[in-house]
Amino acid sequence: MSDNTNETTAAAEYDFHPMWESLGMDVPAHDMLLGAVGQMFGDVFLAQENRPASTDYLNQVVAGIHSGRIKEMLDKKASGEAKKIVGSFCLYVPEEIVIAAGGIPVGLCSGADWATDKVEEHLPRATCPLIKSFAGFKLGSVCPYIESSDLVIGENTCDGKKKAYEFMATQVNMYTVDIPNVHNAQTLELWKGEVRKLAERVEQETGQKITAESLKAAIKLANDKRRALQRLSATRAADPAPISGLDSLLTVQAAFMDDAERLTGAINAMADECEQRAADGVGVAPKGAKRILYTGTPMAVPNWKLFNIIEKAGGVVVGEEACTGSRYYKDLVDESGETVDEMLDAIAERYFGINCAIFTPNDGRIEDIVRMARELNADGIIDCSLQFCTLYEMESFTVEKAAEQAGIPFMHITTDYANEDAGQLTTRIEAFLEML
Amino acid sequence: MPAMAGGYGIGVDIGSTATKVAVLDAGGAIVHTELMPTGFSSVDAAGRVEGALRAAGFPVDDPDARVVATGYGRIAVPYADKVVTEITCHGIGAARLFGPTGTVVDVGGQDTKVIQLKGGRVAKFAMNDKCAAGTGRFLEIMADRLGVSQAELSALAREGSETKISSMCTVFAESEVISLIGRGVPRSDIARGVIDSVVARVAALAGQSSGGPFFLTGGLCENGFVIERLRAMLGSPVTTCPEARYAGALGAADRARALAC
Repeated sequence: MSDNTNETTAAAEYDFHPMWESLGMDVPAHDMLLGAVGQMFGDVFLAQENRPASTDYLNQVVAGIHSGRIKEMLDKKASGEAKKIVGSFCLYVPEEIVIAAGGIPVGLCSGADWATDKVEEHLPRATCPLIKSFAGFKLGSVCPYIESSDLVIGENTCDGKKKAYEFMATQVNMYTVDIPNVHNAQTLELWKGEVRKLAERVEQETGQKITAESLKAAIKLANDKRRALQRLSATRAADPAPISGLDSLLTVQAAFMDDAERLTGAINAMADECEQRAADGVGVAPKGAKRILYTGTPMAVPNWKLFNIIEKAGGVVVGEEACTGSRYYKDLVDESGETVDEMLDAIAERYFGINCAIFTPNDGRIEDIVRMARELNADGIIDCSLQFCTLYEMESFTVEKAAEQAGIPFMHITTDYANEDAGQLTTRIEAFLEML
Repeated sequence: MPAMAGGYGIGVDIGSTATKVAVLDAGGAIVHTELMPTGFSSVDAAGRVEGALRAAGFPVDDPDARVVATGYGRIAVPYADKVVTEITCHGIGAARLFGPTGTVVDVGGQDTKVIQLKGGRVAKFAMNDKCAAGTGRFLEIMADRLGVSQAELSALAREGSETKISSMCTVFAESEVISLIGRGVPRSDIARGVIDSVVARVAALAGQSSGGPFFLTGGLCENGFVIERLRAMLGSPVTTCPEARYAGALGAADRARALAC
């Protein structure tokens, strides 16, 4: 932890502009973006009261998100410690494979509107904001992650993404994994085949063979990260909740970007502190604050809009059934495999269990929502879909019925990255909290 | 100058179009109401409310009084003891006016709310998303386009025959109205189409709820033709009363009274 702080302090004096320029980025526009995100981070995160001290790690991650972390990855590549940087947009791309082949996996920017006018020359206006965002970050040259990625791995999940990847393939070195949309023995075999094809493609890119040893180590590395996040999540069942939903959301957002080992250490430190706070009855919100389980579409950095509204209104988010939440860490890869083949199968099986709304039926997600609401003592469920996300919009009706049957108050929200509905959302969320 | 025995509650409901005020005495009886346009600024409206209440003998700084603010401009009321959302307040106010069980439909200036009441409490609610269709604003825009007042719009509509305006979006619906005007469709028919379009959106939102009886609150509660069409489209009785315009303010005043007494 202290090492990390020293590094960041040193980094604060370092001028990153030449690095961004060398990546071919639009540096003045990027300065503007960083300014806006920094301002937002201050207003949303640093304004919170009673944060656990160990969340300082998250401040460091955000401070270095487009600077120190990028330099660290580029330096690792230059020294030969890492072979390539491999970007992706989705939970379905197994990081173990990238790591085992000597790559650094990173999540790419998709959480803010950018260069929308340019995007609409290539994608329809009625496209979900997350897709428009990643296309906009590329077209506007303001995402250092995509600019430093040697390979970008897409996945055929929703229709919007799979068609947008056809366009993205004209912009970056792109490989797309096929994901089945139903769960059965046959599709699992197909998926295992896809995982193998991906492993070959990544090996070809990095020039490094995946060995039983490197894959075993990568599985352990990713599982350790998940175990730490599981520990932290479990502390949130306490009333008062020891950590805010905003900070918890940021732990998973950080996990897509930061070094796995450093992140695991920091999350374990946060879990230590939060376990102690739970034992001592110390919370981030007063005891009795209304507790919300979030479920729905993912929230990429810096999409903190909804959590900010919920928590500023006096509620506290105690869990996230989402890709930027429990789906990221709830399942581990079986660690008993010894050969590369066995381990690739174990990886495929683990990732096949991610309950994305692209699957039909998707009963696993519904069960998870009700189970999490009970385990985390949620008073209500807020289900949110990004505008134009047909899958989550449609599934919200099923979620609502399940919540009703379980006797848990429920509210569905449709929104995007823009702020002009913040007033209306605040009213709806405050009224929901008043109703609980 | 009314002499108030014991504490009293003042509810201030600053909507996007109109500001409503209600004062309840310790026994819960309505002793005063105010209605004024909100105008450009909620802060300014809150100031005018303060003046009007003082003139009526209910100064907001009276130690016996408590003030609850609600509505779109609720955070702009510096003298409020508490802020409660208009959804909760409309629920409480409607329960008081109509009874503890049913569905409240409130068509406001910029949003439409459907609130399901059970045992006098809000059990569930729905609100239109980021869109002006099915709100008071839609009627204002269309009345302007037809060059009539809102009262004239419903009078015209009553004489008109069914006319389809299919766009869900206010902006597109406005172009539809323009093309209907261009085609020489009678104004009364267009007015009918406009009213039906709003009522259909409201009915769709209300239809998601568990059912009647329906209570109409907010600015449209005195619009007889809207109520008639809403009854027809919901296939269910729709009750309202002149005080229903003050439902939010009454709910807020009720909360304030609980703080004061």
